Amino acid sequence: MGKNIIEKIWDKHVVYQEEGKPDLLYIDLHLIHEVTSPQAFEGLRINGRKLRRPDLSFATMDHNVPTKNLPTINDPIAKNQIDTLAKNAVEFGVELAGMGHPDQGIVHVIGPELGLTQPGKTIVCGDSHTSTHGAFGAIAFGIGTSEVEHVMSTQTLWQNKPKTMEIRVEGELPVGVAAKDIILAIISKFGIGVGTGHIVEFTGEAIHKLSMEERMTICNMSIEGGAKAGLVSPDQITVDYIRGRRYAPQGEKFEEATAYWLSLASDEDATYDEVRIIQAEEIEPIVTWGTNPSMGSGISKNVPTQADYEDESDKSALQKALSYMGLEEGQALTTIDIQHVFIGSCTNSRLSDLRAAASVIQGRKVHDNVTAIVVPGSHTTKKLAEEEGLDKIFTDAGFEWRETGCSMCLAMNDDVVPAGERCASTSNRNFEGRQGTGARTHLVSPPMAAAAAIAGHFVDVREFVKETV
Amino acid sequence: MEPINIVNSIITPLDRKNVDTDQIISKEFLKRIERTGFGEFLFYHWRFDADGNEVKDFVLNKPEFKDSKILVAQDNFGCGSSREHAPWAILDYGFNVVIAPSFADIFHNNCYKNGILPIKLTEAECDEILAKGLKAPYSVEVNLGNQTVTGEDGIVYNFSIDPYYKETLLNGWDEIALTIKYEEQIAAYEAQRVAY
Repeated sequence: MGKNIIEKIWDKHVVYQEEGKPDLLYIDLHLIHEVTSPQAFEGLRINGRKLRRPDLSFATMDHNVPTKNLPTINDPIAKNQIDTLAKNAVEFGVELAGMGHPDQGIVHVIGPELGLTQPGKTIVCGDSHTSTHGAFGAIAFGIGTSEVEHVMSTQTLWQNKPKTMEIRVEGELPVGVAAKDIILAIISKFGIGVGTGHIVEFTGEAIHKLSMEERMTICNMSIEGGAKAGLVSPDQITVDYIRGRRYAPQGEKFEEATAYWLSLASDEDATYDEVRIIQAEEIEPIVTWGTNPSMGSGISKNVPTQADYEDESDKSALQKALSYMGLEEGQALTTIDIQHVFIGSCTNSRLSDLRAAASVIQGRKVHDNVTAIVVPGSHTTKKLAEEEGLDKIFTDAGFEWRETGCSMCLAMNDDVVPAGERCASTSNRNFEGRQGTGARTHLVSPPMAAAAAIAGHFVDVREFVKETV
Repeated sequence: MEPINIVNSIITPLDRKNVDTDQIISKEFLKRIERTGFGEFLFYHWRFDADGNEVKDFVLNKPEFKDSKILVAQDNFGCGSSREHAPWAILDYGFNVVIAPSFADIFHNNCYKNGILPIKLTEAECDEILAKGLKAPYSVEVNLGNQTVTGEDGIVYNFSIDPYYKETLLNGWDEIALTIKYEEQIAAYEAQRVAY
């Protein structure tokens, strides 16, 4: 019987196995950022332990960094956290793309960009969206700070082998529907806990036609469906993306690596503990209306009503969510006015995301009631976007063009949505208070966010582009 | 971390599903570089209104639950961000047991690393305990060794737990110190590791 990619990669990384214990799993790449690492470095220091493999570690600053008026950081506590990482990187010998460094950016954007992210690797980071790197056919998952310290000290983790799940997206994706819509549709269809205890492989024609950046968007949000990790088997698109990147193997070594990477793809007769299937044709652009990422619907639909749910706890969750969001049951999604637009985050801040949003915005103006910002995923992304004039398209339309960082996705820096106001956001979480205390987040794709910025409310970007040309 | 075995306490009934780690500890409290002092910020935006006043009807603010060590909630507790500040806040506030029908994976793992016992009971059992706890203060005894939760009314709920993590919690072991004993195996793995 064939093996799936999850089993193949897992089996290659088991350092030690014993009945009654989790597997001791080797970690190939440890990505580090300022928020979840200080206590781990401190733990090493207190116990007199070394960082075992600085060569398999890479650090950057993203969560706390300002996106304007650099290099000033107004918040002294945030500044201390940033300075602490800079000191720790020197003390423990970790390569750091710190503030102002040309390679700096959101950790899940720069890993792939630099070629650090490769098929077959086990990749961890103290950040739940580490699942992003699964797009390359890697097992990549978020860990807590104790596990960050464990990896620093031993380059391993004790891990129970998760169950495997296939989520197959069959058929062809309709025109104007984005990768973001696929993953939001999967989570709203199968539930916020669908992947709990599992590593998910995304398969099917619709997935393998996607670019690497689109696959990253999907794997990025597999954690929002509860999955430990999400991945896509590597194919020629994966190989073409990696070729020539700085930390990727070069020359003959690259050809050798390619053969190895492609051999990791799931065998045709591979099986999984669970299988879920969704038809690409049924997916339309999605807007979330609630306070977790499963609370979303197609743009042609209305906000649900109590009658749509049977379970009492679901009815009560709907009521709590709508009360927080200031929405009415049965309200059409296109009647929701917005005041803010955020294009950015590890989900949707890559060059193709910026291009997709810019193509909607070109020649149009941001609505008078809307404040809109674009935060590119890295310095490199920002530079490339500027070279093709995307910054000009955004600023001409009335968007602010910012420096890189996590920014308004979690509002740890100064980029905050005020209480009671609404944001059309290309980020990954619409939890209460995520973008600011009392702020109301609606998750959408970059083209949907761009169209909402212009209209001042949600619209079906497919119709919008036609009508206003 | 502190060993944990028997915990006797009134339960705090948090009758919500999908409690995410952003609610457990909000991002504005993640900027500290220590592991301690997060308890006062636990569920901050549910405990306090925009002016910093206590929200009277939020369960953690009710005086009868002040000394509770056991938090009971619904499905998918701890979903979202990997921030270990969430279990740090729970522990620092005074809880060392969380009972729910299911937990998000990263949060679940983070509990074991901090001496917090996450107990999975069935949805029906959690509903029953929540209903009792919401009606009147309800005490239970958690016994990790026996893998039981025993209510003051004598009802016994059995739970299963991974034997490795049970040992770790009962002994309060430092996992890194344990793993360092496998140095030989780690070095042997590294010697033959495929890397590009």
